[in-house]
Amino acid sequence: MQDQLVIAGKAYNSRLLVGTGKYRDFEQTAQALDASGCDIVTVAIRRVNLGQNAGEPNLLDFLPQNRYTLLPNTAGCYSAEDAIRTLRLARELLDDHRLVKLEVLGDSGNLFPNVKETLKAAEVLVAEGFDVMVYTSDDPIIARELEQIGCCAIMPLASLIGSGMGILNPWNLKLIIEQSKVPVLVDAGVGTASDAAIAMELGCDGVLMNTAIAAAGNPVMMAHAMKLAVEAGRAAYCAERMPKRFYSAVPSSPSEGVISSRKP
Amino acid sequence: MRLRINGEWQEFASLAFVADLVPVLELAGKRFAIELNGQIVPRSQHGNAVLSDGDELEIVVAVGGG
Repeated sequence: MQDQLVIAGKAYNSRLLVGTGKYRDFEQTAQALDASGCDIVTVAIRRVNLGQNAGEPNLLDFLPQNRYTLLPNTAGCYSAEDAIRTLRLARELLDDHRLVKLEVLGDSGNLFPNVKETLKAAEVLVAEGFDVMVYTSDDPIIARELEQIGCCAIMPLASLIGSGMGILNPWNLKLIIEQSKVPVLVDAGVGTASDAAIAMELGCDGVLMNTAIAAAGNPVMMAHAMKLAVEAGRAAYCAERMPKRFYSAVPSSPSEGVISSRKP
Repeated sequence: MRLRINGEWQEFASLAFVADLVPVLELAGKRFAIELNGQIVPRSQHGNAVLSDGDELEIVVAVGGG
């Protein structure tokens, strides 16, 4: 299949990556992921619930085996040390799986990334052989430094995690896309289908979202909408849109052969 | 023996190795990772990693997240 998304040397058919948090239940999670057509899904790493353990289902039990590439994240980590520790555990948990999402947050109220700690963690993780997809701000200098460190994908936020505000600064996003030799995926802040389409039209290689689907009135329907939006935006980008002009006196219909007005 | 698991101290009958915790904590068949006193114990080493009174463990699994 043409136009695949290639991350760390592996090709994926879908350019839509989806999170597994915030759904009503595991069944809805599985249905939404299926409707989205995604190949890569994020998971968080947390302490196992030991109290009421017996019979309690596990997320991985509900996802079809081998259908998705799991992308463990470092949600809830506020230091490089915690993020590194979390991903080392994730690698062990998933049998030496190397593709990971690094996110180090700086504020529990707004969840904005702490880019200093992110840079520190990225250096260590890349050196340990992880393929790091890194969540970051839309600062193009930080994005460049993360790429130079060796991250396999750069994932700037469109707006704050869970905000649904869409792409607040398409210009910074364009700067990052223009300078990056690794894939750039928008991660965080997508709210509806047009946001995802716009991201792809700007030239993003993919879009990662969770809340936009899980918090929709009908998550399964929204997952399908997002699938279409990412495909449409990508096709529009590849089709090279027409230029924008303030005005253009070139109508779409021919000028010749217009019937003249009847005069007495 | 007393072990601190995921932050909680618990009493256990004497257990020799990390692997012995798997049936006790009903972890069989699940994908999980274990840290013993701050060090990850690879699955291949579960049968060799010795448990002692007062050890602290973190046991994690994959859950939903974005």
